[in-house]
Formats: sequence, structure tokens, C-alpha cells
Amino acid sequence: MSGPDTQTPVGASVFLSLSGLDDLIRSLKQSGYEVVGPTLRQGAICYDRIHAVQDLPRGWTDRQEPGHYRLERREDDACFGYVVGPQSWKQFLFPPMSTVSLAELSTDGWRVTANDGANEPRFAFLGVRACELAAIAIQDRVFQQAAYTDPIYAARRERALLIAVNCTQAAPTCFCESMHTGPRCSSGFDLALTELDDGFIVEVGSQRGATLIATVATVGVTDEQLQWAEERRSGARKQQRQMPRETARDTVLGNLQHPRWSEVAERCLSCTNCTQVCPTCFCSSVHEVTDLDMTRVERERVWDSCFNLEFSYMNGGAVRNSIRSRYRQWLTHKLGSWHEQFGTSGCVGCGRCITWCPVGIDLTEEVVALAGGST
Amino acid sequence: MTTPNAECRSTSGCHVSTVTPANPWAAHSAEIVAIEPDYAGVATYCLRLTDPARAAYTCQPGQFNMLYLPGVGESAISVSGYDAASDAWLHTVRTAGQVTGALERLGPGGKLALRGPFGVGWPLMEILSTSASDAPRDLIFAVGGIGLAPLRMAIEWSIRERAKLGRLTLLYGARTPSTRLYPAQLDDWRQQGIDVLTTVDRFEPGWTGQIGVVPDLIERLKLRPDRTTVLTCGPEVMMRYTARGLIARGVDPSDIWLSMERNMQCAVGFCGHCQLGPTFICKDGPVFRYDRLAPYLDIEDL
Repeated sequence: MSGPDTQTPVGASVFLSLSGLDDLIRSLKQSGYEVVGPTLRQGAICYDRIHAVQDLPRGWTDRQEPGHYRLERREDDACFGYVVGPQSWKQFLFPPMSTVSLAELSTDGWRVTANDGANEPRFAFLGVRACELAAIAIQDRVFQQAAYTDPIYAARRERALLIAVNCTQAAPTCFCESMHTGPRCSSGFDLALTELDDGFIVEVGSQRGATLIATVATVGVTDEQLQWAEERRSGARKQQRQMPRETARDTVLGNLQHPRWSEVAERCLSCTNCTQVCPTCFCSSVHEVTDLDMTRVERERVWDSCFNLEFSYMNGGAVRNSIRSRYRQWLTHKLGSWHEQFGTSGCVGCGRCITWCPVGIDLTEEVVALAGGST
Repeated sequence: MTTPNAECRSTSGCHVSTVTPANPWAAHSAEIVAIEPDYAGVATYCLRLTDPARAAYTCQPGQFNMLYLPGVGESAISVSGYDAASDAWLHTVRTAGQVTGALERLGPGGKLALRGPFGVGWPLMEILSTSASDAPRDLIFAVGGIGLAPLRMAIEWSIRERAKLGRLTLLYGARTPSTRLYPAQLDDWRQQGIDVLTTVDRFEPGWTGQIGVVPDLIERLKLRPDRTTVLTCGPEVMMRYTARGLIARGVDPSDIWLSMERNMQCAVGFCGHCQLGPTFICKDGPVFRYDRLAPYLDIEDL
């Protein structure tokens, strides 16, 4: 145990053994964090509560293609030897279901108490990828850097501790490099790990991270280890797909009447999968949840999707009646109007919408087609 | 509630949203003080806030509230006036869905809640600041149907400020003579110097006025286009053709302002429902400058 004066400074790296990672998870739990990390569930790598290294998907990897995801055994016992699963950290910072307010009826009328975020949980995320750090930074802009702040998101975000993991491989669906969002974790984390055969290089990214890593046994890193880490990370830079990042915005917004929208609508099922797996999509709806005598009513916010017909419903009907118009809304928002709204693209190049689309629609291909190129 | 005093308790009408509640999900408690039937299916609900935080509430002409009936849901309704005598904010509502239906069934004394105000209202301060004494701004209010509600406070404001303004004109289109909103007030406004031109889609016995749509009224207007500002609210197609007609007569697209409507669930730009192009109608509007929205209005299903 080291004191503040012997802490590893921000920006510096130490070596953490596998058992040291176990200690780190235990230390986080003792500090009152709910530790969330990758686990095997229903044939996929999903983020869930973890208690020890043994909960991690050791020795497993994922094979991804458009409309395809399968788990496979690795030749080694790597803890983080996969890319990304169907879930992102969005579901913990912006939960699929959350209570925004409680209304209680008395003789004086309704009294509404808004959720101020005070009772929201304190998470430590283990295994945040570079594209996911970028996605969190984007949702920060949506929920707490625009005109209003969402108290639920803000409370969870402020409390969350982010332990990132650098990718050492890319899926065929990845295109973070072309989006400038990865694969290297460069900022926005408390600690960032790079997995080696016998442990992890840990880069300290914040004072909170420095304090945390000081609670477990670490040793200094050798030049050789740093070089191995660099070699491992370079494996993630071999990416098949790319997004024309500089031109995508103008391409989607400048071609609102392009015949390609009708063509993609022939394939799109409007199933909403892409919006559910997207780490930045933020659309929601609010429902009333009442007790039996209607004197105690909670308002529940649930994820929604611009692909649902009723999403744009107004008196007299839906604004976006066709799949063509709903796919166009999604893609023009994600790659185009998001810039004007939040000063950034809404896409981080994680490829989830490609993998989890049941018919394998690939947005990078759609952008090229809209730009008039061949696919 | 015959003559609602539309005076805002704030410095009425700058084109910014001045009130940003700390928690967007917080709601005021409210009760229905009175209900003024307007015409079949439309009534004006006079709502008094009853919670301790009510003193902080104020709103600008063109802003809206989320009327909340716990257990039923919320509906975005523009504020159409303030009645000082009963300390009530007026909301003119067409019964159309579950929330407005339940509101109608509540009746006077009914309890509800209210979030707001939200959105950006009419650019009234901007109009005053560009209204020079030697060339005062002419104002045209171009209104269809219940679209008069979000403009009522702005019209009342223009009467109060009329010494600083030029000609005031209200173009008002309704389906029938009996579905004109606030008919008594239309006469009041006429007497106070507003040129009120009305038209109806369909004739009813006794109607001797114009039959047609609002854009038809534009043809016979005496315009000073270089000093005219237009505030319009009504069905989207009516606003588009009104804007086109006025632009054809020489009005600058940047001098036309319109109030938009979309599905809204959060009112603060979180839920995504009300997007049109790059805008969130709820927080960037509902009032927009026409030239900024025009590229998106002509595209079907956007």
C-alpha cells in the first residue's frame, strides 16, 4: 500500500499481475462500487456485475460479420480477448428503464418529486474500449452539456470509475480508426489496461485512477513490456471497414432525396436493433406506472427508437410513415445533424449496428452509395 | 375569463429561453380554476399553480408547458395568456388524445401537474430593437385555427407596444365562422387598431366575410416588405404557403417566424421525438426563423 506521495502519477504506467486485477476488483467493491465488466451470457459477451477475475470471459473471443456474431475459444486465456458485444456502457449510464419522477395525490392535489439522482448507483466499469470512451463523451454532450442536464445520467456519470482496456484485435465490423475514436484509449479513463500474457500494463489517466491503483500491489514496467504492449495494440489497427469521416456529414444531408434510401428501405426491417446496440443513440419515451387506486404514479423513461412508427406520432398520424424516412432519419441524424446539435458525429465506429442488423445493413456501405460510389 | 390579461410577469418576449429549471423532470402542482369553452372540442383551461415553487414561474409568449395528468401522461400545450385576477395561466386545448381527453373530464377544481415553461418564444425583443422611430416595424400575424393560441400573448404585447410599432395586421383563417377562436377578442383587437382580416374554409349562414385560405389574404395586403415581420402559427402546410406568398411579395425570409409542432415527451432535447433536421422543436423552437427551417419543411416525411 503506497501513500499519496508514492502514487503513480497521471500519465505513467505500472505492471499489474492477473491476481493484482483480482485485488483491484475486490478493492473497488470494498470502496462501495458496483463493479461491471464483461461476462459470458446467452452466447455473447455481455456487461454484468462481476466479483472476481473468474467472472471474465477468459479464453473466449467473438467472430463478427454483418448480421453475424459467434463466440469462439481462443488459443490463450486472455481476459479481454474479444472486441465488443451487443451491449455498451450506455445501459448503465442511461438505463433502458429509469424512474424520472413520482407523483402522489393528496387532498391538496398532485405533488411531484423529480428524481434528483441522489440514489443512483456508483459503478466501476472494467473493460471500456476506446470507441466506448468516445461514445460516453458523446452522451455527456447530449445529457449534460446541452441546455439541460439529465439528473439521472449526470449522477451515474459523475460517480462512475472507468477502467479502459486497449483493443488488441479488431472485428471485421470495426471502423474506429477511420472515425478517429480508437483503437488506442487516449483520454477519458481513470485507468487503461493493455493485456499481456502474464498481466497488464496499467496507464494512469486521472487522480482517481492513481488513488485506486495505489491500493493494490504493482511493479514498475520494463521497456520490453511497453514494447510488447505496443505490438499487441497494433493488432487492433488492422481494420477492414472505414467511414469517409470528413465527407459523411455532407453526403447524408446533401442527398435527402437519393434513390438509395428507397433501396435500403427494401432491406431494412425497421426492427430497431441498430438503435438499441448503438452506444450513443439516446431516444426514449416516458410511460406512466400507477398503483391500483391511481394516487401514486411513477414516470418511467424507457429506450425508444426512431425506427418505431409511433415514435413520430402526432395528432392525425405519424410524421415518418415509411421505413425509407425512418432509416433516413437515423442515418442523417447519426452522421449528419448530430454535428450541428452536439458538435460531433454520433458514430464512434464500433460496428455494432452492422453486426446486430439481422439483414447485415452496413452504414459505411450506405454512405459510399449515397455519395454515388460503387459498393 | 372574458378578457384575459396576457401580460407576462417577466420582461415579455426576448428570443431566448430564460428559465432553465435545475431538474427538467420537476413539475409544479396545478389546479383548474376555470374552463372557458371556445367551440366544440376546444376550450381554454385556466390553471393556477399551487406548489411552493410557483412564485418562480413565468413564461414568454410562444413558450409551452407540459400539462401532466399523472397516470395518463403529458401533453405539450402553448401558453395562451395570463389572468391576473385568478393568477391563472391560460392554455387553449383541442381535445384530441388521451391526455387532453382526461383533462376535459377533470372539470373545474381538477388537479394536475405542469412542467415548464419550455422552448423559445416569439422574437419580440428583437422586433422592438429593430423598430426605428422613423421606420417602425409592421407586424403581420398569420394564423390558422387554434394557432391563434400561441400567438395571443404576442398580439396583446404588440398592442401594448404599439407606439413603437408600425401597422399591425392579423390574418386569421378558420374552418368555419363558428370555429374562430376568441371571437370577442378579434373584435377588441380590431377596435384597438389591429387590421383583422378573417377567412373561413366553409360558409355558414350569416357569414358575409371572406371564404378561402390564409395565403389568399396576402394578395390584397398593403405591404411595406422591407420593414415587415411576420409571426405565423397554424397547420404546417398553411405556414409554408403563407411564407411563400409573403416572400413573393418581397418579405425577407429571415423576417418570417413560425411555430412548429411535433411529438414531444421530454421537452428538453433528451427524448429525440421532436427532431426536424438538426433541430429539436422543443428546445430550439417551437418558434423558428423561417429561413433556418425552410430547407427541411419541403421534404416529405422528414
